[in-house]
Amino acid sequence: MAEERFSMVVFSGTVDKLYPVAIMSSGAVAMGMEVDIFVTFWGLQAFRKGNPRELGRVSKDFEDQAGAMMQIMQEKNVPSWYDTLLQAKELGNVRVHACAMTMDLFGLTKDDLDPIVDDVVGVGEFVDRAKEGKVTLFI
Amino acid sequence: MNEQTVKADRIIDARGAYCPGPLMELIRAVREARVGEVLEVLSSDSGSKRDIPAWAEKAGHEVVGVFPEQGYDRIVVRKAK
Repeated sequence: MAEERFSMVVFSGTVDKLYPVAIMSSGAVAMGMEVDIFVTFWGLQAFRKGNPRELGRVSKDFEDQAGAMMQIMQEKNVPSWYDTLLQAKELGNVRVHACAMTMDLFGLTKDDLDPIVDDVVGVGEFVDRAKEGKVTLFI
Repeated sequence: MNEQTVKADRIIDARGAYCPGPLMELIRAVREARVGEVLEVLSSDSGSKRDIPAWAEKAGHEVVGVFPEQGYDRIVVRKAK
């Protein structure tokens, strides 16, 4: 039986949105699904070398609560979104694809990205893969 | 011997970890375990008592039981394959 597929288009590059990306990926691999994550625009910025561990931004609409949220996470030893995603990748088939258009736009090459990114793909290839799955989220 | 007293071969103390931590720790341990081994997860995450049995069923392992304790749950799974 082919594995079921869980796809996500990650447009957002803030910590509060990257958490659900990492946690959903974990849930999906736990349930035996393979995961394809397409990081684009601000989402891709979060995956530039050095950024995954440095990132501290949260969505503008919850900006006032960012400090308190980060503090609670730290106090309760919640692993970072990045470590959660690494763990999901270790346990199952999780692929992170960088958006080719965004790469061109910002003048980036694969070497500018964190090693968690598997490859650089165009939207056509991603959509073609995603259509095989029942779940595709835009985050 | 009733379900409550099934002896675990491995105990995974995931208390204090948040979703999906306890489940991910269990999956890792089940991969390392031999078929027939009993694994017990201690979890203070309120989602685990539903999440872990759902996973076990999907993955084809036996849920021996979910036992509420003071401030955490004990979830016992037998590796079936």
